[in-house]
Amino acid sequence: MTEIDHTHEGHDDAHAPGSEVATKVGYSPVADIPHKPRVTDTDPKAARRAERQVAGMFTLSMIFVIAFVVAYVAIDKNAYVYIPVLGDVGASNVVLGFTFGAAVFLIGAGAIQWAKKLMPDVEVVQQRHDMASDKSDEEAAAANYERGKDESGFARYKIIRRSLLGAMALFPIPIIVVLRDLWITPPGENPAEILSTTPWEDGVMIIPDVGDQTGLSPETSRGIRPEDLPVGGLVSALPVDIGVIQEEEHNLNARGKASIILVRMDPSEIRSQQGEGWDYNGIVAFSKICTHVGCPIALYEQRTHHLLCPCHQSTFDLADSGDVVFGPAARRMPQLPIGVNAEGYLVAKAPFAEPVGPSFWERDRT
Amino acid sequence: MTTTVNTNSLGDAETTPKDDPLEIAGGATAKYVDQRLGSNRFLGRNLGKVFPDHWSFMLGEIALYSFIVVLLTGTYLTLFYKPSMVEVLYDGSYVPLKGVMMSEAYASTLDISFEVRGGLLIRQMHHWSALIFVAAIAVHMFRVFFTGAFRKPREFNWIVGVALTALALGAGFTGYSLPDDLLSGTGLQIIRGILQSIPLVGTWAAFLVFGGEFPGTDIISRLYAAHILLIPGIILALITVHLMMVWTQKHTQFPGPGRTNDNVVGYPLLPVYMAKAGGFFFIVFGIIALIGGLVTVNPIWIFGPYTPDQVSAGTQPDWYIGWLDGALRLMPNIETVLFGFTISWNVLVPSVIIPGILFTGLALYPFLEAWATGDKREHNLLDRPRNAPVRTGIGVMAIVFYGILWIGGGNDIVATTFNMSINAISWTLRVLLIVAPPLAFIITKRICLGLQRKDRDKLLHGYESGRVLRLPHGEFIEVHQPLNYKELAVIQGKEDIAVLPAPEKADADGVKNKLYPIHNLQHKLSSFFLRDNVQKPSKAEIEAGQAHVAHTSELEAPLHDYEELDQDPVGHGGVLHHPGMAMTNQEQIDQRH
Repeated sequence: MTEIDHTHEGHDDAHAPGSEVATKVGYSPVADIPHKPRVTDTDPKAARRAERQVAGMFTLSMIFVIAFVVAYVAIDKNAYVYIPVLGDVGASNVVLGFTFGAAVFLIGAGAIQWAKKLMPDVEVVQQRHDMASDKSDEEAAAANYERGKDESGFARYKIIRRSLLGAMALFPIPIIVVLRDLWITPPGENPAEILSTTPWEDGVMIIPDVGDQTGLSPETSRGIRPEDLPVGGLVSALPVDIGVIQEEEHNLNARGKASIILVRMDPSEIRSQQGEGWDYNGIVAFSKICTHVGCPIALYEQRTHHLLCPCHQSTFDLADSGDVVFGPAARRMPQLPIGVNAEGYLVAKAPFAEPVGPSFWERDRT
Repeated sequence: MTTTVNTNSLGDAETTPKDDPLEIAGGATAKYVDQRLGSNRFLGRNLGKVFPDHWSFMLGEIALYSFIVVLLTGTYLTLFYKPSMVEVLYDGSYVPLKGVMMSEAYASTLDISFEVRGGLLIRQMHHWSALIFVAAIAVHMFRVFFTGAFRKPREFNWIVGVALTALALGAGFTGYSLPDDLLSGTGLQIIRGILQSIPLVGTWAAFLVFGGEFPGTDIISRLYAAHILLIPGIILALITVHLMMVWTQKHTQFPGPGRTNDNVVGYPLLPVYMAKAGGFFFIVFGIIALIGGLVTVNPIWIFGPYTPDQVSAGTQPDWYIGWLDGALRLMPNIETVLFGFTISWNVLVPSVIIPGILFTGLALYPFLEAWATGDKREHNLLDRPRNAPVRTGIGVMAIVFYGILWIGGGNDIVATTFNMSINAISWTLRVLLIVAPPLAFIITKRICLGLQRKDRDKLLHGYESGRVLRLPHGEFIEVHQPLNYKELAVIQGKEDIAVLPAPEKADADGVKNKLYPIHNLQHKLSSFFLRDNVQKPSKAEIEAGQAHVAHTSELEAPLHDYEELDQDPVGHGGVLHHPGMAMTNQEQIDQRH
């Protein structure tokens, strides 16, 4: 014990109260906390064991890095491996993650083991100082401020001061103005009107939504015949020209508001609609875009005719004008009046009577 | 104390620093740099800087380290990710999506996951470390709040912390949206709805943000700029400020032996703290890599590419957005039309007003509390949560409010998991949102006050040892033991602050006090904060109490010895042979006198 003490005098001194080293490093040991020596402090064997543990972890880390590189080269990126609990997982991902993670983790574990077992575990004390500056610093700051004020004449030159303030207030305006063209507005258009129009018009054929229709021409699209839709059935649908519109506009905007659902119920079950005879033999069409914040809705409960939004659980009764029966949505789902064309396909009979999707400030003005 | 030994160089005791080539090189480098930057001035002052130790101080470290991992992994991802909404035909190795049209953003994310070796690992590490980053910030903030670490002189740092929290949410959400998968796109659709609900400017704001109608073709590249440059840049700057303030003001510490408001007790930066903190960085990094390798997060290939007319059931945002989604779900469906203009309270309140109030309240809290308690002193010793019952109550109240919103964000998951009615769950949560927070406040405050009483009791009568003794005249007593030095210091660290005196309506000369209503409010608030606190006994009382306990517990010492002997495996203290056993307690007492 004493022998060990003296092999390391420099360090020991650092903890001796009032010693020269203590003043130099800026802290001193806490006087009134009893300290219990660790095994590694008293037993050289334990200390050597700890030393080997730390070095062992660092060495193991190096081995894991080599394993990582080998795995990176050797494992096929499409290989799968079964691991209990995890199931079938990508072999490359698991092995790379494990080897890299272990390599990095072991560096940390080694360093902490080193600190805990071999570095001093005696708490030391350091004095704090008031955050506020000394009186002299405060006076110096004030004097310098006064000097600056005098020399610049900031207080004297009233016009300069006011015009400077004005200039400083105005100069950020261009930075804000240039943000205006974040949306390059097509001539004569405004957001409220755009939000209030959809591709649906009188006679536009309804086609089933079968995924991406970009470029699909109306001629090749197949419509929906009323007899295709059984009672209780639901179909997600789009206007026939959606493919053309998407190709022209290079975006999915039209799809985002034209999407509808068709539901067929027994005509006697329809309690009310948003317009006289807007159904066709019990087939009703509603917007698919929730009036709350715009999620597409398709969770339909056949027996109650309730339509539930998976995002925020607004529930609409499609047999009763699409009214809200539960949840945060405030407005009913807009209904699309439908009929059949000469060839017997379902078509829209008129555009939506109100804007689809979430509310907006100017909504009731359009 | 001086028996402490440093044994880290036991093996090379014969090498003196002067011979060590490493030491010489290090000294030369230090000199070279110092002559150019004066760095030794800084090093001399700071290498021995003392940091206090407590497990809860690691929470902020986790946040910092996971942010570094986010930066590293994120930089790697930018090398492969393409922030473009141009539609392309997928032709990669993930078979189920072969031949599907999708945005380039989504396709490149698939490529990172399936074509780039180690790409999925880095992507998952990025996502996991982001989740851990936000979680660590939240828990770190709880620690700072409940221990009163935000008090003078650290109010600025609290505000920086609140800003960092908000930015972390922004960083998380913008990043979550970048893969342009069906799940994250639905999130953006909700954002569009929220923007549109803002009165007066909302419609235009939505069009400007999305470059026109939703979804448009601009949003991904705009989010990308925000996600990889704007937000992380500000976060990095604020983290720097955050740490510099901690450095300058020195870390707070819990009360304990030798610890006062004017000192720091702990370990010096070099070597202990550096090894522990540096080692901890690698631990956090390593654990994130392990999780990234072993646990799937955000499998975007399952969700499919985004299209505005599809959605999947059971959609859930990342955990830290859950409370906002829950607020949207629980809000009653109120919408008003005023002079022909529509105000959607059902969207505006939960997604703009409630978060606005929460974050503003959070940022202002240190100033509100200081004003309410009239406390203008510097605080470097932390409060134990029980010693500030009203603050602790407010904090628990906020957490309960948040927690109910968060559960609300998963009300569909709760419904399907437990086979319950979603309507009933939503209504229960709506009621709880109003009722539970005040209840939580009252219960928390009561618990805190109970713990304060217990502390007072311990100071005056020691702690209950659990040993019951029968005295010679038949009375049963429980032996109390004096507190150890550590617990004594911790409990005595409590500060008692007096309630602000009630203001006078007019002074002695009859001059009216114009500020009377304000001062009176302050008086009432201070009373609300402080009046129920249990006063700490005086120093003399504590000393007398502890001495008394020490005395009585010593009287029964022979029995205590016997217990220890009984546990002695060697067995030379058998029950019957112990001298104390043969005596009655009265005899023991007599013998001592």
